[in-house]
Amino acid sequence: MLEKALTGRGGYWGLILFLIAVIGIGFIFYLRQFSEGLGITGMSRDVSWGFYIAQFTFLVGVAASAVMLVIPYYLHDFKKFGKIVILGEFLAVAATTMCLLFIFVDLGQPKRIFNVILYPTLSSILFWDMVVLNGYLLLNIVIGWATLGADRKGVSPSAWVKSLIYLSIPWAISIHTVTAFLYAGLPGRHFWLTAILAARFLASAFASGPALLIILCLIVRKYTKFDPGREAIQAVGKIVTYAMIANVFFLGLELFTAFYSQIPGHMHSFEYLYFGLEGHGKLVPLMWTSSILAVVSLILLINPNMRKNEGTLVLACVAVFISLWIDKGFGLVIGGFVPNPFGRVTEYFPTLPEVLISLGIWAVGFLILTVLYKVVVAVKEELGVAKN
Amino acid sequence: MRIDRRKFLRFAGLSTLLGFTGISVINELLRGGAEAATFTSNPASMSAKRWAMVIDMSKLKTEADYKRVINACHSIHNVPELDNKKHEIKWIWTEKHEHVFPGQSDEYVMESLKHQPFMVLCNHCANPPCVRVCPTKATFKRKDGIVMMDYHRCIGCRFCMAACPFGARSFNWKAPRPFIKDLNAKFPTRTKGVVEKCNFCVERLVRGLKPACVEASNGALAFGDLQDPGSEVRKILSSRYAIRRKPELGTGPSVYYVIGGNDHA
Repeated sequence: MLEKALTGRGGYWGLILFLIAVIGIGFIFYLRQFSEGLGITGMSRDVSWGFYIAQFTFLVGVAASAVMLVIPYYLHDFKKFGKIVILGEFLAVAATTMCLLFIFVDLGQPKRIFNVILYPTLSSILFWDMVVLNGYLLLNIVIGWATLGADRKGVSPSAWVKSLIYLSIPWAISIHTVTAFLYAGLPGRHFWLTAILAARFLASAFASGPALLIILCLIVRKYTKFDPGREAIQAVGKIVTYAMIANVFFLGLELFTAFYSQIPGHMHSFEYLYFGLEGHGKLVPLMWTSSILAVVSLILLINPNMRKNEGTLVLACVAVFISLWIDKGFGLVIGGFVPNPFGRVTEYFPTLPEVLISLGIWAVGFLILTVLYKVVVAVKEELGVAKN
Repeated sequence: MRIDRRKFLRFAGLSTLLGFTGISVINELLRGGAEAATFTSNPASMSAKRWAMVIDMSKLKTEADYKRVINACHSIHNVPELDNKKHEIKWIWTEKHEHVFPGQSDEYVMESLKHQPFMVLCNHCANPPCVRVCPTKATFKRKDGIVMMDYHRCIGCRFCMAACPFGARSFNWKAPRPFIKDLNAKFPTRTKGVVEKCNFCVERLVRGLKPACVEASNGALAFGDLQDPGSEVRKILSSRYAIRRKPELGTGPSVYYVIGGNDHA
């Protein structure tokens, strides 16, 4: 089926070339980082994880969100998702690949990456994250490819594919739970040391991922003959709404515990992120942007008339996506490191090389997404023509 | 059974992938640690069940006292001196009371304490979170309680730095060798992209010598076996009130601080 990605109009090839160019720029800067070391990033002794790990954390959520289509379609026989479940699975493939690349570029000694397999350490959550992420990637490639292949031949997927699909449901939950455990089990990092972190991660994942999927569905409908279906998009919109409400609620729980208990260690990171600490407040404008977008998105989503209007729905989805990208792709990771274990504030902001390397990885993800979606669209168009 | 080329390639590829990763993981898990029977230990070497340090703050008086201790460590361990504070590497250094014991300091704390620098270093915890999180066992705890780094195995993921509640770990954000003032050829230098920290001078202990900082401290730093009731550290701890950093986290730091007043017996 992959050959279908080799034929396309000018716009398709233009997009492919653009993405390859962005990847190339990122790669050149990665070579610089490879030879000079991670010192070319904004990270420091105090903020020892930055943009890369934050992007990874955010994208795990996007990857896990495919389950929000799989559960209704395969467990509840919600037929309207039949056309778009494949889009969710292939989005998971692209997002998981980006996750793995973001971890890779964050390593100080990338040549030694196989030490994780050569010296497996069961007590390390990073070892388990490696296991679940690679497993999830493999599951989604196999499931996506097999179901699309079956679809093309007009038959239902084989039984073994079905069992993999059922396996992928708890697996999706596991990737984001394990990723939350990277943070939630560390003594002395009060901002992360919260039992609700995994639940918060999942809520934000099930809002940001499906929001992106709605945007992608509308793009697919606009530029191809494949229509994911208005009702399917509306149903995903409801999922985004509930998940975003849960996400904001969970954040509220964190704020209550921190500020009602008045325990300094629990308040410091929130103070740094939203008000600035000891005169340092580089992230304050970003965090308030995130909060305002969250409120705007909720107004647009909760109001049924606005949600049913695709124009405002897409605005709401963009707001959800940017809001959660800032919250998780920035604030959550940096906030955990400020203040440092000595109560001192060292600020962090990504450098240009760091941003360009990250953009390169996003471009890899979108390249994979573009190629896979092209195959899906070609198969679906073929089927549509055959039916007509 | 006939198989076509496509099926064969698919099968072969998958088997190779599973074989490489799966077999090595299973082997490693079954092996459960290599035998080191071929090594004999130096008869002069010092050993303990759990090495610990007691820092007597009343004996550290002048700035020169601190400098001497820090230099003793940093010079023999080839610790680079980087100007950029963000890229700093340090094994032993000083911090103010309010930063070493956050939450225990307030504005009415003894005037002398407020301004006195405290020596800080890796606590060689009894229950070290850095060891728990390391995905390659590049940081590990020895039988004598010392938490060690294998610079050749470390992949530079910096999970240990996030896990350490004491800020004891430094990362080589750039190649450290150009920033080493006087190279000590008897101790390894590090490469960029790995984490490093205090090693309680294991290379000196095997030669029967106490850690360099202890030796240079004129008695302010005491070193010994926490599990030996007759050791110097136990003697001090039994007669003086000593505190540790963040004991509530349960990591079990092995570095104690004696604060204030009278000389111990």
